[in-house]
Amino acid sequence: MLAYIVRRSLYAIPILIGVNLLTFWLFFVVNSPDDMARMQLGMKHVTPEAIERWKADHGYDKPLLYNEKAEGTGKFTDTIFFDKSVRLFVFDFGTADDGRDIGYDIRQRMWPSLALAIPVFLIGLLVNITFALLMAFFRATYVDYAGVVLCVILMSISALFYIIGGQYLVSKLMHLVPISGYDGGLSAFKFLILPVVIGIISGIGAGSRWYRTIFLEEVNKDYVRTARAKGLPERVVLFRHVLKNAMIPILTGVVVTIPMLFMGSLITESFFGIPGLGSYTIDAIRAQDFGIVRAMVFLGSVLYILGLLLTDLSYTLVDPRVRLS
Amino acid sequence: MPAGDGSLCRVTEFMRYIQRRGHWAVLSAVVLLLAACGEGAWNDPYPHSEATQNIYYSSFSLRPKHLDPARSYSSNEIVFTGQIYEPPLQYHYLRRPYALIPLAARAVPQPWFEDAQGNRLPADAPEEQIAHSVYEVQIQPGIRYQPHPAFARDADGRPLYASLTAGELEKIDTLGDFAQSGSRELVAADYVYQIKRLAHPRLHSPIYGLMAEYIVGLRDYAKTLNEALDKQGNGHLDLTRYDLSGVELVDRYTYRIRVKGLYPQFIYWLAMPFFAPVPPEVDAFYAQPGLQAKNITLDWYPVGTGPYMLTINNPNRKMVMERNPNFRGEAYPSEGEPGDQAAGLLKDAGRPMPFIDKAVYSLEKEGIPAWNKFLQGYYDASGIGSDSFDQAVQISGQGEATLTDAMREKGIQLVTGVATSIYYMGFNMTDPVVGGNSERARKLRRAISIAVDYEEFISIFQNGRGIPAQGPLPPGIFGYVEGRDGINPYVYDWVDGKPRRKPVSEAKRLLAEAGYPDGRDAQTGKPLLIHLDTTGGGPDDKARMDWMRKQFAKIDLQLVIRATDYNRFQEKMRKGTAQLFQWGWNADYPDPENFFFLLYGPNAKVGKNGENAANYENPEFDRLFQRMKNLPNGPERLAVINEMVDIVRRDAPWVWGMNPKQFSLFHDWYHNVKPNFMANNTLKYRRLDPELRARLRAEWNRPVVWPLALVATVLVLGLLPAFLMYRRKLHARGIARGKN
Repeated sequence: MLAYIVRRSLYAIPILIGVNLLTFWLFFVVNSPDDMARMQLGMKHVTPEAIERWKADHGYDKPLLYNEKAEGTGKFTDTIFFDKSVRLFVFDFGTADDGRDIGYDIRQRMWPSLALAIPVFLIGLLVNITFALLMAFFRATYVDYAGVVLCVILMSISALFYIIGGQYLVSKLMHLVPISGYDGGLSAFKFLILPVVIGIISGIGAGSRWYRTIFLEEVNKDYVRTARAKGLPERVVLFRHVLKNAMIPILTGVVVTIPMLFMGSLITESFFGIPGLGSYTIDAIRAQDFGIVRAMVFLGSVLYILGLLLTDLSYTLVDPRVRLS
Repeated sequence: MPAGDGSLCRVTEFMRYIQRRGHWAVLSAVVLLLAACGEGAWNDPYPHSEATQNIYYSSFSLRPKHLDPARSYSSNEIVFTGQIYEPPLQYHYLRRPYALIPLAARAVPQPWFEDAQGNRLPADAPEEQIAHSVYEVQIQPGIRYQPHPAFARDADGRPLYASLTAGELEKIDTLGDFAQSGSRELVAADYVYQIKRLAHPRLHSPIYGLMAEYIVGLRDYAKTLNEALDKQGNGHLDLTRYDLSGVELVDRYTYRIRVKGLYPQFIYWLAMPFFAPVPPEVDAFYAQPGLQAKNITLDWYPVGTGPYMLTINNPNRKMVMERNPNFRGEAYPSEGEPGDQAAGLLKDAGRPMPFIDKAVYSLEKEGIPAWNKFLQGYYDASGIGSDSFDQAVQISGQGEATLTDAMREKGIQLVTGVATSIYYMGFNMTDPVVGGNSERARKLRRAISIAVDYEEFISIFQNGRGIPAQGPLPPGIFGYVEGRDGINPYVYDWVDGKPRRKPVSEAKRLLAEAGYPDGRDAQTGKPLLIHLDTTGGGPDDKARMDWMRKQFAKIDLQLVIRATDYNRFQEKMRKGTAQLFQWGWNADYPDPENFFFLLYGPNAKVGKNGENAANYENPEFDRLFQRMKNLPNGPERLAVINEMVDIVRRDAPWVWGMNPKQFSLFHDWYHNVKPNFMANNTLKYRRLDPELRARLRAEWNRPVVWPLALVATVLVLGLLPAFLMYRRKLHARGIARGKN
């Protein structure tokens, strides 16, 4: 397994270089270093001299990808791309264009993101699986039909509606929790209740329907009939046998998202004033801050690759027949 | 006890019931919930202990990027820097027109003039003889800085934290982690040091380019610092080792700034944080290796002598300013405009400021939560977004804005004021069709100026928050004329005591005279296409753009919208390839020069990189501008201004657009609110009644819990048949007993 992990990690390097190159190209198609300087220096009284000084100070006065004036390998290494990308591979994210340390900001902002994303993920998973099993248990009854209709309704509503509606009902009319905000420690709880509940409810529709399909496929298999023939109660059949055998498709969709929980949720964090990583990238794109954009895209790629690797590893845990070689 | 007590009692009973039944898991969840909710209103976003404290609550939507006074220039930054730093001068809070008064200075400095040899000239010396204007600033003795670790000293008087070791740095994450702090008296050298910082190559001060044109020796100073940095490499550059020729330290409390030629507007810059003091030891403290990696910089933790100091800077969540314990206690103004007394704005006259102990600014990226929190009493003041405008304000038949009944019932108050800003539509004067100084082009521009109905624009898109501009000067700026004499006669007629836009037929007549009858080129017969370059291309802008097309269609012109991203738009403006564009300007200072320079020829955008985005050039206007900018406010200056306004109205390089009107709401417990578009340090004037606020908040935010019980009941009732079905299934026989 170790050889497999090492091999997969080595595969990640060219992928990350490719992602970096693509990010770099896309960013500089839209923004030139001059544009970035103007954005940072403000709109009033900006002189060409100030722009040149800003670029020189921030390392944007070099050619983008290829330096004709340099010698030897310097043609590739004495460029903005090389300067800004190499350090990422040792997770040195450098500084934002306003001088702030990006690594520090990421470390500060990931905790609120996780405080929101982990309960939504775990409780949401539990609720979705339970609800799906319930529908499977009562398949072809009014509970199943009503559950599917409810799921379709829940799926059809935009996430924004849940947020605004939830804030209006729970915070504005019922005055049960703060509309928005965040605080550290135990005080964070009252700010997180509503976004977590909304996150869970908005995910029930799609999640439960998908799991229900998986479970219904399983309950028609021979081993389930055998279990029932042995006289096992339906509850045991579902929770002990069906659930276990349905784990591979569930893990395929679930484990890959675990590392991505760090990246936060843009809309939810924005509406609830949660200072996470969700809005960090969008704010940086608006501010034309290449330092943060490349760091966040790089981090997202690393986490996604990690998620895929963890998914592969998790298969071996739930299905002994799977061998990683 | 605050509201919600009844509900709390019911919840307590419920808890006892659960305890009796032994549902510990549920009990734990409830306890956690209650622990989090605390004793106050359940939806209170602040700690209950703060309920009756003298704390001002507000929000910010965009995190400040710079709090270093050499770098900060945005309005969202000056909210903080304005309260912390004290430049020599400030604007009188109540008096209008805006007037400069001393802040840290003893008096508003009056410049004297020198010739090229340094000889002092009389005050009325001809302009061509004046080589330098000298501003001597005397600051008040006894002003002290806020407590800060950079000032902390050991028993021998040596700085405690001037050379931090790696071990010491390990224990430090924020400025609050330093065990000791100190203070010292403000001296003139701190002001001199800050002016030097404007030229620091690594700071990229936004006003360096402009100030290098005026402050003697600043450009050479920047070169000296550049060379020093090249030699030295990274690390702290001690500016005290390098002299700036144009800024002179006279004594402990006095310094002089030497400005090239005549630049009377320089005095206004002395009221901005760019000219606030920075102690050299603070700069050296923050330059220590290791602190920057923890984001402990002057850009993040400002150090000033003002009424407030920044104690929490987490712009991802909240920023907190607290009363500076070393603040000297400035007195609230005892005079203002007529009407201020009746409005209760002089009740605190002579009382020492600031009145508020602490100000908490929370991050609110979205307008809806911020607005709802204001209505719940969790923010003391608010602007009005377009989403909530109808809920808050109604416009009477006379066009007067008043609060809705719902707002009045809550005791909310409204203040309005026309901002010293202008949003206009500019013609690129280098364009062969709409530009140039020919009579044909002038008539075409005037026809468009009449056709684009800004009264309608303000009504539809601004909810009435603005007034149509009659020229380049907004209200509140010297030279602005109200009433009949102030209208633009090329676009308006004075009818029934108010300006009325000229009819479309007049615009069509002008268009025909310009050579475009019925919107077609009289020579070629081709329809005239006008191109509007804009950054707005999203769905929100569609309605505006459709409206704009409709305005041009009124005179049979076809408007082509060229939407692009902001960078490309800026590039077009710099290259002069745009034809028609929309632009705006907020006053830096209340002087007509700050608006007229937007039309000054040598300040053109194309080729000269100035702020004259229309690239307008008129030698007569430029000559008058040179004269006007050096005149003191008075009849002579007013006459020149009127002449300049006449010229630009006739030439019409802009469709004059609108001057936005600012609407602000505030609660009954928030006092001394008067719009002041020039002053940045207004928090110290404001006063709160925290007891009233706590009472009303509790009244407005009683928890309503019955819907939760209803939802739970519906869920239980919905699942009951399923549960019964399950029970029946569980106890059913495998094979039905047959009859034998």
